[in-house]
Amino acid sequence: MEQSTAESRPAGERDFDLWIEAGRAEKNYWSDLWRYRELLVILAWRDIAVRYKQTVAGAAWALLQPFISMLIMTLVFGRLAGLPSVGSAPYAIMVFAALLPWQFFANALTNASQSLVGNANMISKVYFPRVIVPTASVAVSLVDFVLSFAILAGLMAWYQFLPSWRLLTLPVFVLLAIFASLGPGLLITALTVRYRDFRFIVPFLVQFGMFASPVAYSTDIVRAKIGETWFLVYSLNPLVGVIEGFRWAILGGDAKFFTTGSLLSLLVAAIFFVVGLSYFRRTERSFADII
Amino acid sequence: MSARTAIRVENLSKRYFLGSGPSRHGGLRHLIEDSVRSVFHRQPKPAASSEKNEFWAVRDVSFDVQQGEVVGIIGRNGAGKSTLLKMLSRITEPTEGRIGIKGRVASLLEVGTGFHPELTGRENIFLNGAILGMNQAEIRSKFDEIVEFAEISRFLDTPVKRYSSGMYVRLAFAVAAHLEPEILIVDEVLAVGDAQFQRKCLGKMQDVSMQQGRTVLFVSHAMHSVRALCKTGILLNQGRVETLGPVADVIAAYSHQSPLGIARGVIASNRALGLSLVSTSLHQEDVEGTLVVSATFQLDQPLSNAGLGIHVETLEGFELCDLRPETTGLNFGDRIGELSVEFALPGLAHRLGAGTYRLALSFHETNWRRCLERTPIGEFVVPVLDVYASGYPPKCEKDGPVALPVKLIGVR
Repeated sequence: MEQSTAESRPAGERDFDLWIEAGRAEKNYWSDLWRYRELLVILAWRDIAVRYKQTVAGAAWALLQPFISMLIMTLVFGRLAGLPSVGSAPYAIMVFAALLPWQFFANALTNASQSLVGNANMISKVYFPRVIVPTASVAVSLVDFVLSFAILAGLMAWYQFLPSWRLLTLPVFVLLAIFASLGPGLLITALTVRYRDFRFIVPFLVQFGMFASPVAYSTDIVRAKIGETWFLVYSLNPLVGVIEGFRWAILGGDAKFFTTGSLLSLLVAAIFFVVGLSYFRRTERSFADII
Repeated sequence: MSARTAIRVENLSKRYFLGSGPSRHGGLRHLIEDSVRSVFHRQPKPAASSEKNEFWAVRDVSFDVQQGEVVGIIGRNGAGKSTLLKMLSRITEPTEGRIGIKGRVASLLEVGTGFHPELTGRENIFLNGAILGMNQAEIRSKFDEIVEFAEISRFLDTPVKRYSSGMYVRLAFAVAAHLEPEILIVDEVLAVGDAQFQRKCLGKMQDVSMQQGRTVLFVSHAMHSVRALCKTGILLNQGRVETLGPVADVIAAYSHQSPLGIARGVIASNRALGLSLVSTSLHQEDVEGTLVVSATFQLDQPLSNAGLGIHVETLEGFELCDLRPETTGLNFGDRIGELSVEFALPGLAHRLGAGTYRLALSFHETNWRRCLERTPIGEFVVPVLDVYASGYPPKCEKDGPVALPVKLIGVR
């Protein structure tokens, strides 16, 4: 070992696999991400394994929550307020088709925003691509999401509702929902590391978002009430497009998807994804210093 | 030669900002206030205010490490050792300078990072392994070895929250010891666990470096393990390289750094109680190792039944005593304003093995509630004294820290 001097320095970049330097965009970021893919799976598995320890109802909570939400919304909006459903679909199924992606989005956002702060110890002691932590928490929400499909199947059996061929396209919309949740999830996660205010903003955002998204009611009602122009403003909510997609695939028949509103909404989701990911990558280098 | 260089560090520096400048750690409100302010006043806030709070944890550090070399990094608390390791392990980014690395790096800055108390030993092996960068196939192939090394086979399916701290540390180290990187970075993790396990870990690390030709960077306060493991060393002092070279020279330079000291300024404080420790000094008086300690506190609010706690530990972090004020009688009744305390620990060489120890103080009030957590004051040296009149004075490193009185009663 020796003190390296200025003379010995031009040894060349190529002698080393990795240069660590301020502000250098790491060219191995994506290959690292691939190398750590098992960590993503195992972190998601850990959160699932731990979550229902010392609860009585256990994993049933994953089903109970959306089921009760669906009951309440159907009662309040369908029965009491007497709002129309989409075409001939039962109100409960219409609500649930939207609750699926909405609950997924809300859980993903909430879990992701807490994920880095919750794993602060790991962040300050070990290197791995930080994006794995919020992504793993989105994956945890995905498991709940998949479980809730059991309720959808139950509802369809109860109402003897036969889905059309469009149900086969559902996986595409599931991918869309993941995509639409990751963007805001990454953005909120990175912001929470620096500004803990977002711990308080997120629950509020989720509560407000549920009413601002067409979950308990159909988009047709919104369009009829506020007119086409304002409906485009309403569609800036990235969840509008995802929910429309789910309804189109699940309800079949009269549900509409390929409208300007839905497409605008998906465009916003894409922008969120790009902004979220780039903001996360820009700030993740300093996470260990500020967490 | 450069073909065999595993790590090259060039003019590496890391700056931190002390305290929380607005919009650094603070809430969103500061950010909004700042951005609103900057809209109205087009000039940026004066940079001078932030320069005052800046602190270079590591400054202009350069060195090369060859493949297969085991390097000990030593220095006092706050010398920049951990920051250097964090930059080498890519946890935090350098402010200036750069590091070149050849080969796969694994860093072990803490044992059991990511361990989840609710999960079983078996589950935690997989979790911790993945966090340290092993893949599942690798962990599965080493699983039996890990369990055997940790000596926990009976408790494999028990949640680790029911483990004793010793079992926990053994399991955690066992996982880490089976990493197979080309470069291993280790921070003071051997300071935990019992002596027997520590020896086992040292042995394992020696195997790793010598037989498998791996490069190891090793931070420790335990000079005997640095001496045992490393051929070369780096001594850091206030973020800079002070000495670099053969490990014996570096350890000698470290022990020549004056162990005693005087500190001024707010050393520690409890804002809620208006209590701060404003100055301390340590000095040694005689050949028997008497240590005289003085500490001055500022009490902005009245405190009832104030008292001082004394903690002594070895450099490895082994706690010798945690004396409470009710035990020692170091309590001063109800106080406000400045409180200066001077006390002595007489004849330490009669009680402790020769070596260097750390002293910390804590402050207590009514009902012995600790209102200032233990604050390190400094290190002191217990001189060599032949207390057993055997010609072999007890040494901390060889005989352990406590020199119990021994009296022969009879032999038959």
